[in-house]
Amino acid sequence: MAIDKSVVGKTGKPFTMPIEWSKVREFARAIRDPNPIWFEPELAKKECGGIPVPPTFLQVAAFWQDGGAIPMAGGFDMRRILHGEQEFELYRPILVGDVLTGVARIADVYEREGGRGGKMTFMVTEIEYTNQKGEKVAVARSTLIETGQAVSG
Amino acid sequence: MGLKLNYETTKVGDALPTITIENVARPDFVRYAGASGDFVPLHYDQTFVEAAGIPTVFAQGMWTAGCLGRCLTDYAGPGNVRRYRVRFSRQVWPGDTLTCRGKVTGKSIKDGDKLVEGEVEVINQKGEATVKGNFVVLAG
Repeated sequence: MAIDKSVVGKTGKPFTMPIEWSKVREFARAIRDPNPIWFEPELAKKECGGIPVPPTFLQVAAFWQDGGAIPMAGGFDMRRILHGEQEFELYRPILVGDVLTGVARIADVYEREGGRGGKMTFMVTEIEYTNQKGEKVAVARSTLIETGQAVSG
Repeated sequence: MGLKLNYETTKVGDALPTITIENVARPDFVRYAGASGDFVPLHYDQTFVEAAGIPTVFAQGMWTAGCLGRCLTDYAGPGNVRRYRVRFSRQVWPGDTLTCRGKVTGKSIKDGDKLVEGEVEVINQKGEATVKGNFVVLAG
């Protein structure tokens, strides 16, 4: 794609993400994490004040939204997209029962010369999460890469 | 949150708990697709990947990053991870055995918080890195 810096700063519609125990348990099982903290509410309450979430759990929010929540840079070819990097900044604990509000924005778009893939376009998306008390709890930062040719194994 | 890590006794070079993920299998990717909502077909649809010229389905990068995150929560306690960043360098295939490991690279006190930072990685059975990352956790 021709690089279009004008999309930087574009935000999506705010979205709501309730933190539910069944989803946290399912996620912990999926990543083969047997820590009883995800599965035993009494233990979790004693140790953490509630059931916490695994550090990558917020990733699930990115897939639950409709089209308006996550702004996309026009012209990105989804057949040539790789997930290059993911970062979570976690400012305070997130517990089951919290209701988070997320707002996504395009933080950066830039190009780099790649290897066998040719020219690569990078798009950095940030989702900032606030809890029901209005406290900023996390930022999830994704770097997607559009490669010069189709992704192959 | 209970603080599990003792800032004073934590040293640069300390190892995080090593976690082995034996025999990565297609149901892992399907289960993660359901749990995360990541239904990109590259991770479960054999017909789709063959048409794209890829030999078989491979893991969601965030599945592998999630497995690696357990090193952090086992080490510092859930809820004490302040920053976790990963880069994806190589696919994880069915049949792989993964080693998740990490070490401490620094300590600092910021705004009264005792912070421990370090590096983590996932290595496959051939010794190749599939995910590399770094972290900051809270100590007491």
